[in-house]
Amino acid sequence: MSQPTTIAPANRKDATTVFGFWVYLMTDCVLFASLFATYAVLHHNSFGGPSAQTLFSLPNVLAETIILLTSSFTCGLAMLAAHRNHKDQVVFWFGVTFLLGLAFLGIEMSEFNRLVQTGNGWQRSGFLSSFFTLVGTHGLHITVGLTWMAVMVAKVTSTGLTKANVRRLTLLSLFWHFLDVIWIFIFTIVYLLGALGS
Amino acid sequence: MNSLLGKLSLNAFPHELITLGAAVSMAFAGIGIVVAITYFKRWRWLWDEWLTSVDPKKIGVMYIIVALVMLFRGGADALMIRTQQATAVGSAHGLLSSSTFQQVFSAHGTIMIFFVAMGLMFGLINLVVPLQIGARDVAFPFLNLTSFWLFVAGVVLVNLSLGLGEFSAAGWLAYPPLSELQYSPGVGVDYWIWSLEIAGIGSLLSGINFFVTILKLRCPGMTLMKMPLFVWSVLCSMFLVIFAFPILTVTLTLLFLDRTLGMHFFTGGAGGNPMMYVNLIWAWGHPEVYILILPAFGVFSEVVATFSRKRLFGYVSMVWALIAITVLSFSVWVHHFFTMGAGADVNGFFGIMTMVIAIPTGVKIFNWLATMFRGRIKFASPMYWFLGFVVLFTLGGVAGVLMGVPPIDFQLHNSLFLVAHFHTMIVGGVLFGYFAGITYWFPKIFGFRLNELLGKCAFWCWLVGFLLAFVPLYILGFMGATRRIDHYSAALGWQPLFIVAGIGVAIIGLGVGFIVLQMIVSVVQRKQNLDTTGDPWNGRTLEWSTASPAPSYNFATIPEVSQRDPFWATKQATAGKSAAAEKPHYQDIVMPNNTGASLIIAAFALVFGFAMIWHIWWLVVVGFLGVVISLITRVLQDDTEYVISAAEVTKIEAEIAAKRRYA
Repeated sequence: MSQPTTIAPANRKDATTVFGFWVYLMTDCVLFASLFATYAVLHHNSFGGPSAQTLFSLPNVLAETIILLTSSFTCGLAMLAAHRNHKDQVVFWFGVTFLLGLAFLGIEMSEFNRLVQTGNGWQRSGFLSSFFTLVGTHGLHITVGLTWMAVMVAKVTSTGLTKANVRRLTLLSLFWHFLDVIWIFIFTIVYLLGALGS
Repeated sequence: MNSLLGKLSLNAFPHELITLGAAVSMAFAGIGIVVAITYFKRWRWLWDEWLTSVDPKKIGVMYIIVALVMLFRGGADALMIRTQQATAVGSAHGLLSSSTFQQVFSAHGTIMIFFVAMGLMFGLINLVVPLQIGARDVAFPFLNLTSFWLFVAGVVLVNLSLGLGEFSAAGWLAYPPLSELQYSPGVGVDYWIWSLEIAGIGSLLSGINFFVTILKLRCPGMTLMKMPLFVWSVLCSMFLVIFAFPILTVTLTLLFLDRTLGMHFFTGGAGGNPMMYVNLIWAWGHPEVYILILPAFGVFSEVVATFSRKRLFGYVSMVWALIAITVLSFSVWVHHFFTMGAGADVNGFFGIMTMVIAIPTGVKIFNWLATMFRGRIKFASPMYWFLGFVVLFTLGGVAGVLMGVPPIDFQLHNSLFLVAHFHTMIVGGVLFGYFAGITYWFPKIFGFRLNELLGKCAFWCWLVGFLLAFVPLYILGFMGATRRIDHYSAALGWQPLFIVAGIGVAIIGLGVGFIVLQMIVSVVQRKQNLDTTGDPWNGRTLEWSTASPAPSYNFATIPEVSQRDPFWATKQATAGKSAAAEKPHYQDIVMPNNTGASLIIAAFALVFGFAMIWHIWWLVVVGFLGVVISLITRVLQDDTEYVISAAEVTKIEAEIAAKRRYA
């Protein structure tokens, strides 16, 4: 190579990894888009069962939304701390993010439980199948994110904010924000439009 | 006991003689290989040099070996289909029962697309892309190996169905409601779902990997419009993988949810919608066709330019044609089911788009022909495959455009005319392209060329066999023969044509035999065909500038390019002059470590899939936790690279140079 490269190879490698993760997020986006499409096709197929309008509890969903948005904010704070190399703050803010994520998941599970207990499980109708699958897939992603977060907090506690760990945290935060964006769509399309009956 | 093994019981073993024979002979072949490796004490070598290697060249070779083995399996299925249809007439009922016959054609389609065509494609991509862009590796080496092993896990599941349970009898795309629990209560469809789910995730990860590799790892000076056309074709194909494969993952998952958790996505009742499945699967399926064909186009672009000793005609239009096909391929999927009855407007739109997509394809054909025009053409066997491709692909393309007209499609839907059409595209286009590519790049990987004469014999068998096998099917389609029939009335007069088609398949089988023979003879006579220069075909692109076989790090010094066909330009500039006198100065090279984690993850994924198929819930948990824990362990590892010192590089390069001089 005759020209001097301005970016150090290690940084270039990090950039490649982050770019690769963005591409992965796009595939996940297509995955959710497909689920949204099936929901759009099936959401009126309640087969004599309850429709979206009668089924969902908006206050619960609003709580979920606020909790998840806040967790995105605390995740951002954690990343700021990571870039300033404040290990304790990173652990603290990811801890808060983890608890908020857990709370979100708890509300979602109790909501699912309520539906199943009242005989409105995923086997009831095409509409409910697509509802449980779409929202459940998001919940599954949240679970993955929480597992990842727990592992990373342990890793950072033991080995500190190494370059590799900061890169891993960057990917995790991208993932977490992405799930937030997906939730906004679920909130709007499934719950708000559902409450309007359209 | 019952709950411990889920649905698995002694009944799972095959009852039919043919299936039993196939399963037993495959088991014996497997045992034979294991015994041979143990006897020659090659396990260590196999593990260190191949199974755990993250070198894309080795991964590529493994892909191609697995794909060729699966070509045998799929080919045997084809032979059975043809034998059945040639003999099961009137009072004769052929060798296969209806239920076996249905499994055979489902397995044939599934295996040929997912495990032969996809395997050959990712094999070639692994072999060639890093070399062509002047890189030492892919962006994510561990991910690359994991993709391969997930692919193998899918292969294992499909073949397991032969000896344990049954395979899907619902066709290669398993349309509901037939594939729903109500009509397919056995484990066949579950085998289909999980083998494709696991292999499909592998493909998706590969798609991301090579997309990023091409965009981020090109050598200095190689702008997008200076990339070799093969790299362009792969970039477009991987773009399609990224956008199409998640749809497949979702579709398979929804079918699984219907079958296992009693959901109602595609069921006939309870608010399900079977046609949604057909839409979803083709929203993946049609791009999939282009995922397979684009790299074949790329191979031909390299082959034609090299063997015509001219630069490719119309490079820019070739690139834009690829991009146009990539975009348009997402807007034609409804032409697979015009008969759904979406209405004249919708069908009209998709019919027109189908014809539109033929235009960029036509541009490519003419550009290749124009490249040959006034070239000094060398008729090596890759050129044979190319010329065969031009004939067959144009023929099949015309048939395809014909079926793109909705009223005509209503007549031809699900007929053998359709079967003949897509075989013309996939055999004459995809497979011929990959065979050309394997012949062309073989010396770069192994250091010697394949036997030309046997390669040409293989080509002629494939071409003649193909025409004999599929021209009758076009005619039979017009006569009203539908696909997937296991028996028909003698009065229809179809039998002579089916017999001709059977003979054609036998000749294709001979072609496969010639390919195997070619490999064996070439290895035995490798001394006569050694490639000592690294440039056996007078090539144009970067991969020919390094030694054959290419060293593990591909390039001792990362090349720098300033134009298309950089190696050709260098050769022109230095023609007649002696090699550069100045001694190159090497630097340390950082390479990724081998890893066994990929194989372990895929093994757990296999366990997971198997347990899901048989409803062995505790094993599902084991498989799942196995995948999660081994994945976490691996991604938290910090030292995943090693260094080849500059001194070592100098030594290796000196050895290569000495070999060249000696020759």
